[in-house]
Amino acid sequence: MYEFTYHRPGSLEEARKLISEDDGQPLSGGQTLMPVLRARLAMPTALVDLTRLEELKGVNLEGDRVVILGATTHADVASNALVREHCPALAELASGIGDPQVRYRGTIGGSVANNDPAACYPTACLALDAEIRTDRRSIPAREFFTSMFDTALEHGEIVTAVSFPTCQHAHYEKFPNPASRFALIAVFAAKLGGQTRLAVTGGGTGVFRWQEGEQAADSGGSLAAAALSEAYFTGDLHASTEYRMHLTRVIAQRALTALG
Amino acid sequence: MNIAATGVKFGQSVKRQEDGRFLRGKGKYVDDMILPGQLYAAFVRSPMAHARITGLDLDGPAGMPGVRRILTGQELVDAGLPALPCGWAITSRDGEPMKVGVRNALAVDRVRYVGEPIALVVAETQAQARDAAEAVMVDYEDLPASVDVLDATADSATLIHDEIAGNCAFDWELGDEAAADVAFADAAHRIALTLRNNRLVPNAIEPRAINAQWDAGSEELTVYMTHQNPIGMRMFYAAAFGLASEHKLRMVSPDVGGGFGSKAHNYPEEVAVTFASKLVEGPVKWTADRSEAFLTDAHGRDHLTDVELALDSEGRFLGLRADTQANVGAYLSSSGSLVPTYMYATMLSGQYAIPAIHARVRAIYSNTCPVDAYRGAGRPEASYVIERIVDVAARELGIDPAEIRRRNFIREFPYQTPVVYEYDSGDYEKTLDAALELADYPGFAARKAESEARGKLRGIGVAAYVEACGIGPSGKLAKLGGGAGMWESAEVRVHPVGTVEVLTGAHSHGQGHATTFAQVVSDRFGVPMENISVIQGDTARIQAGTGTYGSRASVGMSATLRACNQIIEKGKKIATHLMEVDYDAVEFDDGIFSSKDSNVTIAFAEMAFAAHAASGFPTDEIEPGLVATSFFDPPEFTYPAGVYVCEVEIDPDTGTVEVASFCAADDFGNVANPMIVEGQVHGGVTQGIGQALWENALYDPDTGQLMSASFMDYGMPRAGGVPDYQLVFSGTPSPSNPLGMKGCGEAGAIGSPPAIINAVCNALGVRHVDMPATPEKIWRLCQQKEAN
Repeated sequence: MYEFTYHRPGSLEEARKLISEDDGQPLSGGQTLMPVLRARLAMPTALVDLTRLEELKGVNLEGDRVVILGATTHADVASNALVREHCPALAELASGIGDPQVRYRGTIGGSVANNDPAACYPTACLALDAEIRTDRRSIPAREFFTSMFDTALEHGEIVTAVSFPTCQHAHYEKFPNPASRFALIAVFAAKLGGQTRLAVTGGGTGVFRWQEGEQAADSGGSLAAAALSEAYFTGDLHASTEYRMHLTRVIAQRALTALG
Repeated sequence: MNIAATGVKFGQSVKRQEDGRFLRGKGKYVDDMILPGQLYAAFVRSPMAHARITGLDLDGPAGMPGVRRILTGQELVDAGLPALPCGWAITSRDGEPMKVGVRNALAVDRVRYVGEPIALVVAETQAQARDAAEAVMVDYEDLPASVDVLDATADSATLIHDEIAGNCAFDWELGDEAAADVAFADAAHRIALTLRNNRLVPNAIEPRAINAQWDAGSEELTVYMTHQNPIGMRMFYAAAFGLASEHKLRMVSPDVGGGFGSKAHNYPEEVAVTFASKLVEGPVKWTADRSEAFLTDAHGRDHLTDVELALDSEGRFLGLRADTQANVGAYLSSSGSLVPTYMYATMLSGQYAIPAIHARVRAIYSNTCPVDAYRGAGRPEASYVIERIVDVAARELGIDPAEIRRRNFIREFPYQTPVVYEYDSGDYEKTLDAALELADYPGFAARKAESEARGKLRGIGVAAYVEACGIGPSGKLAKLGGGAGMWESAEVRVHPVGTVEVLTGAHSHGQGHATTFAQVVSDRFGVPMENISVIQGDTARIQAGTGTYGSRASVGMSATLRACNQIIEKGKKIATHLMEVDYDAVEFDDGIFSSKDSNVTIAFAEMAFAAHAASGFPTDEIEPGLVATSFFDPPEFTYPAGVYVCEVEIDPDTGTVEVASFCAADDFGNVANPMIVEGQVHGGVTQGIGQALWENALYDPDTGQLMSASFMDYGMPRAGGVPDYQLVFSGTPSPSNPLGMKGCGEAGAIGSPPAIINAVCNALGVRHVDMPATPEKIWRLCQQKEAN
């Protein structure tokens, strides 16, 4: 770890200043950032800890939207009564991220802002048409996740909340990497406005909607025969492209079956 | 003052005395220690697998803030620091001694694996040391790297040590080649198999750590090091490296957070840090980070073996031939030559009467981290070879896997194998029957049908292992090339109030010695556990010892028992005066000295006081005090054995292997503490399942980089991935120590990998799958099966 200044701002406004004006790096649980810092792979001058900001923690019901504030931990999402009632699949997803230590530190804002190509939350965002709220605007999920480890966030922009529609017809199916427990392939399946949604993570290039799979599901076709672009996938020491593509079909089918 | 005895018994599941402080975070580890004037070390390490060092620029970093000293390999050589020794001399088949590639504590001119230390920076803070180490510029001239034995032995392979032809450290054999050839010539069946034993990273929770403090005034060196054998290390640091005189060298290993063998070796980093402490005349600390641990803690296994089994028409074994290439890494580590030879080929008889065995082992250098002992050390490799070939033979001859084993078991003990060892005791059929009953072997067909109904493939696997552990005996080890005694010592000190200290040269790094050693004392003296301390790991306190590895706590516990017996003998002598009876009439039972000839009884604590008061007996005849020391050198190894039966369920759509059940019947002789022994089996089996299904130290064949160099990429087993184990102990007492114990620490890791792979092969109906049986590998086999 290189030397840096640690800030614990008392308000979002103070956090904004520290991040925009003093070039601070937002810290929202640190489950990716801290290992990177420990390995001396990044050299921020300052970290701005968002997880103590009460105004960024908690879950609200706004009409037919479940709004999870940015610094809410995975453990809190998993156990939150509103989430469990109005979007139970999301609580299930949160309960399977990493291990208990990760879930008590990691936050939804940190996860979506990092956009790890094997992370869990981006699938739910994409499948459910979530809105990612920042201190400046609201960004639809389909525009937010631009490419792996990259998002539509501008420099210094802070994720303040993620807003999901209430949804009873959704299921998250994950095939974990035996080592990291990130998704080797995972699929978030949902019925939204009568249409099937399938969002896939773990392919290697970043989260994506499998639209051919969605069409096949809605037309009563077979996922096994649906087109699946190889461009979404890469191979590594854990799985080849071919195996990841195969798993996508199998796991998507399982998610749909669970959806009923 | 006649206190009732409240001791516990040997054989009782006493709760671990040490767990309170570990669970509350109150353990004391090397990294917890900050000495006055503390300095910190960081290493410059090679990012290249194989390269010449053509330039090393230290000028900039030397002037950086807080930097006290930068040390290079050449400086160590110039100062006369010897190269690291390999502690076991092996002679090749042609009579040539093994060829040892020179391993300096810091690389000179050339690097041979990724992570090899090149220079050492000492600075006032850890961050400063790291900053300066990063700033050291090294110029490299890249050389081709070989990471696999097949690459390293190819004609085109670059020599890793210029003077060592074929990258071969030795080409050794054991057994009778001619007899094996005759057995094969006459055989009705010959079964052959080629298999790999995958390379593993030890991954102790606590990484390696050292804090070395040189006192320039007294010329005393104190080294705090996380290690399994601190007393042995003192001898090495004094005799092999000349870092200080042995009587002025104090080595301390406080609490040690796991080792699995990886903390039993001599490492270059620790030697360099200790040398640096002398140069800067202050305490220098280094704690490996997890990346350093992955790259440089001696790895385990990495064998490629061709094995053949000859059988008669009835399925009886006639002969076994094994030809193994052992990847020893870039250098021979401390026991790097021992593990693939006498720890491996000597076990190739397994539990079976095999009249002729021949093994050939070539030790091959590669551009990888050195390989050394890791939980089981050679014996898991042997168990895997024999239990896989036996399973393939059963499959190809159409004999039930349990039956083919039963048909070939050794039935009379002691049994002299054709490969050195004489097994002391056992009842292999009994453990087989116990395991089969536990596993409901006959009920497998119904369970398989039930799995099939759910679209899953179920398989059952049987593995019978035997291993040699509880080392010494020193004399026998010396005949095999060993250089150091492997006895253990214990000093039992009884205080005037009857509390007891046991000082042992064994070193618990998780085994629970504070409990089991105290149990021996509590049982013998009738003293309650809370009145007994087990002290280890500090050469300023411990008389002598040789450490903990190779499941050898039975040796230290036997020394403890013998010292206790000396105390009781002395107590009896004192009692003859206090009770005015003959020596032969004194008895000691349940903590009380008594005699049929007297109505006086003396409790143990009263005897302790009397021995120190020294007024009730003639001190010219009996010396005051109540202290005894024993050195125990076992007459023979102990040979624990067992049978493991497991079932796996495979998801053919994803290739996932789930271990559905795991039953273990182990013969550990007399068991000191069943709860602790169960824990040892749980841990060992879990590591074995990890090896069979997930763990793999994978080097990139082109770049020589370690690909699985973090927990993101290296698949450690987790509690959620293993079943509830079902265990049964079926003991035949060992005649090799007075407690009748056999080692239990490594058994689980030795017997479980073949049990798992046998079950996987059974489920898939295939001949062989190399470890680890990863989902993609299994899915591809399922695809092939479907295509056929």
